[in-house]
Amino acid sequence: MRYSVFSLVSQALRGHQGWQPAWRNPEPKREYSVLIIGGGGHGLATAHYLASRYGITDVAVLEKGYLGSGNIGRNTTIIRSNYLLPGNTPFYELSMQLWEGLEKDLNYNAMVSQRGVLNLYHSDAQRDAYARRGNAMRLAGVDSELLDREGVRQMHPYFDYDNARFPIQGGLLQRRGGTARHDAVAWGYARAADQRGVDLIQHCEVTGITVENGRVTGVETTRGPIRAAKVAMVVAGSSSQVAAMAGLRLPIESHVLQAFVSEGLKPLIDGVVTFGAGHFYISQSDKGGLVFGGDIDGYNSYAQRGNLPVIEDVMEAGMGLWPGLGRIRMLRHWGGVMDMSMDGSPIIDTTPVEGLYLNAGWCYGGFKATPASGLCLAHLIATGAPHPVAAAYRLDRFATGHLIDEKGAGAQPNLH
Amino acid sequence: MLISCPHCGARDSQEFAYLGAADLQRPDGLEASLAAMTDYVYLRENPAGRLRELWYHRGGCGRWLVVTRDTRNHRIEAVEPARPKGTEAGA
Ligand SMILES: Cc1cc2nc3c(=O)[nH]c(=O)nc-3n(C[C@H](O)[C@H](O)[C@H](O)COP(=O)(O)OP(=O)(O)OC[C@H]3O[C@@H](n4cnc5c(N)ncnc54)[C@H](O)[C@@H]3O)c2cc1C
Ligand SMILES: [Zn+2]
Repeated sequence: MRYSVFSLVSQALRGHQGWQPAWRNPEPKREYSVLIIGGGGHGLATAHYLASRYGITDVAVLEKGYLGSGNIGRNTTIIRSNYLLPGNTPFYELSMQLWEGLEKDLNYNAMVSQRGVLNLYHSDAQRDAYARRGNAMRLAGVDSELLDREGVRQMHPYFDYDNARFPIQGGLLQRRGGTARHDAVAWGYARAADQRGVDLIQHCEVTGITVENGRVTGVETTRGPIRAAKVAMVVAGSSSQVAAMAGLRLPIESHVLQAFVSEGLKPLIDGVVTFGAGHFYISQSDKGGLVFGGDIDGYNSYAQRGNLPVIEDVMEAGMGLWPGLGRIRMLRHWGGVMDMSMDGSPIIDTTPVEGLYLNAGWCYGGFKATPASGLCLAHLIATGAPHPVAAAYRLDRFATGHLIDEKGAGAQPNLH
Repeated sequence: MLISCPHCGARDSQEFAYLGAADLQRPDGLEASLAAMTDYVYLRENPAGRLRELWYHRGGCGRWLVVTRDTRNHRIEAVEPARPKGTEAGA
């Protein structure tokens, strides 16, 4: 069923009794051309682009839980393309352009909202660094504006402009950045892929990867073995675990990132703002809750929950930026387990096992990457060559020294 | 999370800085192959379960510790000095 104003009106007249499930729930076949392990945003996007752009529809997505139960449904929904390094900027800009056309492409309301992303700076050195990043973005054709203090004050008069320790000097603004409804992104990709014949297999955990003579031949799952000549690992947070099934070790540690939401409020803050003197970022959801977060917990974790020190740290940074927040009650907090890579950048590549592909290392910034990540992995699987904007995301860059380290933090995942 | 420092007693994890896996063996710099060095610097076991890892007690005794912890639930099995007794500088 195509969603449109006509389908909405006709359903409304029939008391909304006629809506169909958004996707089938098929039994797995014994064999597919392509298997995608992981039904998060990136896995579902890969399936959609394989089917829609490359005509490959004999595809199954294998998800151990339900679709969207991982980080795609846990993130703080920020989308932006304000990166510095040449390996990153064109990739994230392609992603931004795909976001801009996503709802038409999927026939699904992903609530993409280009409300702007503003990074605040608090010192001369930070201003210079932001100016450099803004200029790098412009050179790559991405929008950016450097605001001074008054420019920020006009947008957000309620911040603490008298803070002597962390004075707000201005900010780097990307107006095309913003937010999207995270689970709607998963559901939209799932529905679009399903409509083109992709099988979405839920509650199907991959427990082994079968390799014969250096070639992948399929996977073992909790719902039986499934054969395929091409298998893609797209399991954010569990990448080391799944890659180990094929005997691979990755340049990745799993860390937990927390997020927070307040009670519902009337419209209070327009756009996404990041505090530059500590790690804190905030926006407001369409339901009215303030959505915010900060640093990762800082040590390896597969527990999908975080600890108190980071909660305190996030609240302190929030109060440093916006003392009015102290009047607001926090409603919920949660954590998600993410792949922190050794240079803070992702991997979309083949592996030493023929036919086995890797999409991993998205750190805390993989939501915005969802469309381009899916498209570039689909391109690699379908054509055998990396997509031009993802050519730097190689697995062997750690051996060759072609790291993409935006922060210059070195091989220490908890610092990225 | 509390970490029981053998020198200072049970302390809030905030007093400590985290480095990562404790048992990486640095190959001999001059002799090492590129592959061995890449392995050492970048590749990690990243287990879901028991991990021996290095923590530095920056807000306390200033010593490096090896903490054996379950990464699925943060249960700590053992905390030992990173250098065995008697081999510390000045000992
Ligand atoms: C709190 C938090 C806030 C974040 N905020 C932002 C943000 O504002 N902006 C941004 O760009 N990014 C953000 N991120 C990062 C972003 O959410 C992730 O990088 C991205 O969602 C990862 O890709 P994914 O959607 O495919 O992952 P997931 O949704 O985690 O998908 C991976 C799937 O693989 C499945 N899986 C794992 N192992 C197996 C197996 N053996 N067999 C079968 N299936 C398996 C999992 O169940 C899971 O569903 C945030 C992350 C967190 C945790
Ligand atoms: Zn101590």
